[in-house]
Amino acid sequence: MSRRGGRHLLQKLISAPYIVWSVIFVVFPLFMVIYYTFTDGNGKFTMSNLAELGTSENVSVMMISIAIALIATVACLVVGYPLAYLISKMSNSGRNAMMLLMMLPMWVNFVIRTNAIYILTEALGFSETYTAAVVGMVYNFLPYMVLPIYSAISKLDNSLFEAAYDLGCTKFAVLRKVLFPLSMPGVVSGITMVFVPSISTFYISQKLGGGMFATVGDKIEGLFMLTNNYNLGSAFSIILLVLIIISMAIMSKFTTDDDEGGLLL
Amino acid sequence: MNNVLLRLKDISVKFDNEQILDNVSLEICDKEFVTLLGPSGCGKTTTLRIIAGFISPDKGEVYFDNALMNNVPPHKRPVNTIFQKYALFPNLNVYENVAFGLRVKKASEDEIRRTVHDMLSMVNLLGFEKRDISTLSGGQQQRVAIARALAVGPRVLLLDEPLGALDLKLRKDMQVELKNIQQRMGITFIYVTHDQEEALSMSDRVVVMNDGVIQQIGTPEDIYNEPINAFVADFIGESNIVDGVMLEDYKASFSGHVFECLDKGFKNGEAVDVVVRPEDVDVVSPEEGMLRGIVTSVTFKGVHFEIIVDIGGFKWMIQTTDFQPVGANIGLYIEPDAIHIMKKSEYSGIYGDYSSYSEDFDNLSNAGEELEDE
Repeated sequence: MSRRGGRHLLQKLISAPYIVWSVIFVVFPLFMVIYYTFTDGNGKFTMSNLAELGTSENVSVMMISIAIALIATVACLVVGYPLAYLISKMSNSGRNAMMLLMMLPMWVNFVIRTNAIYILTEALGFSETYTAAVVGMVYNFLPYMVLPIYSAISKLDNSLFEAAYDLGCTKFAVLRKVLFPLSMPGVVSGITMVFVPSISTFYISQKLGGGMFATVGDKIEGLFMLTNNYNLGSAFSIILLVLIIISMAIMSKFTTDDDEGGLLL
Repeated sequence: MNNVLLRLKDISVKFDNEQILDNVSLEICDKEFVTLLGPSGCGKTTTLRIIAGFISPDKGEVYFDNALMNNVPPHKRPVNTIFQKYALFPNLNVYENVAFGLRVKKASEDEIRRTVHDMLSMVNLLGFEKRDISTLSGGQQQRVAIARALAVGPRVLLLDEPLGALDLKLRKDMQVELKNIQQRMGITFIYVTHDQEEALSMSDRVVVMNDGVIQQIGTPEDIYNEPINAFVADFIGESNIVDGVMLEDYKASFSGHVFECLDKGFKNGEAVDVVVRPEDVDVVSPEEGMLRGIVTSVTFKGVHFEIIVDIGGFKWMIQTTDFQPVGANIGLYIEPDAIHIMKKSEYSGIYGDYSSYSEDFDNLSNAGEELEDE
């Protein structure tokens, strides 16, 4: 056996654990989801599950999910971008303190965290509303917006800003003409990382929205856990997957291929 | 040439309790090429950044055309900067980089097209308009940076070690080119470097700085031929600096011999530093020599040999075209005009002895210098 062949075998052996893992836990389940989507309760082929997604009730569930996810993403951007910029301008100790402050809530259990926000929204008088659900999402997903933007900004050499200033830009124009365009890769990746979990979340919207409305995630949970309708649930899950793939494809148009922005693509 | 364009008056700056600039005053004329020269940390870059407006001095004034500039922000000053790392905008192509300042000024598309064309033609980059910055070599990026800064029509161009990242051959070419551009544009260049050769070959005047203080201002010839103290003598070229005594006008004693010289105005019997350049010493037979010594090392340098001679324990460097073997007894002859007398200063006794001299050591200290400058 040649050396090259030997190395080939070694490479295969190294990747074997993951291949086994992904066949069992990634590929096979995905096929099951597709199988359920296109069959009825008796295992017969049908398109009725997909057709049922078109009912006005289900369409509105999807629309609400998309709308809430979009609003949460925009809110994260509005709060997160200036924060990321400020952190990048801080001294080392200040930066570490801000990072800790931002990450600390992430280390608290998810259920406790969400319940705590529920109590807070109650105290502030807007519990069980769309607003409360959006606040919950922003709270949970803000770090995923801040970190990629921060990393994009901190990579920019300070002399780029000075050069723009030197060439006649006002301080505001420096932000507009240098900072914003050059931090776009971070923004794109932040948007992706917030939008994807936002659109598929279920507990946050259920708990904080107080059952006033249902998102796709809530709907899927209900179909699987309460009514045992795996077929319609799978159809919802497939459509969610398609939605996410489409939105990521759109986002990737905004960044050049070689940038580290497309973290998830 | 005589009208003062830029004036710094008693500028002092402190960072974290460290005195970066100490009472720096400087006048720069219109269309002049001035170089701020000094080792790393001497304050030259800080001086440049004060002129650009990126730093405000703790004390002192900056005047431009006799108008106080201290409170004028960088974007309103008629000066532009070439940054050490070029600072080109990576998201814009060559054309848009050069057009950047013009767009900020809201120039017409027609004017932008014309100016960008002129600038790119001046730096020999016509045809590169559509190229991405990342596809350019270091030298080409340097040219784009120059074109971008000159496109907005500054009266003063500030250059912060602009050739530091280029290799030696390219650096030499760019030196000539920069000087040409300066003369063609007819504007003032203020150039920062730690490379004394670069400073001497390009400048109308050189400002030698150390420890935040201006040591000497003068033409390259002045600086080289009449260094004001041991620091300048050592930093500019090679120098043998020995302790001496001024006996009377035109007569100095050092290394156990009385020499005639061209200096006067010192007190009789005043202790002084004496500078003798290695190329100004003639090697003669021991009998004819004013000084006698033993050769301790010889290095072939191409145009000449560099020999180290031990004269009564002090090691002199001498450049000569005649080979002298190690261990040879030789005499040295020094003409009166080769002797430069300097007043004693805080730098006396630190520089100018080649006892610890070796090629490696020289290279090491140079490398350290290039690593960092503010």
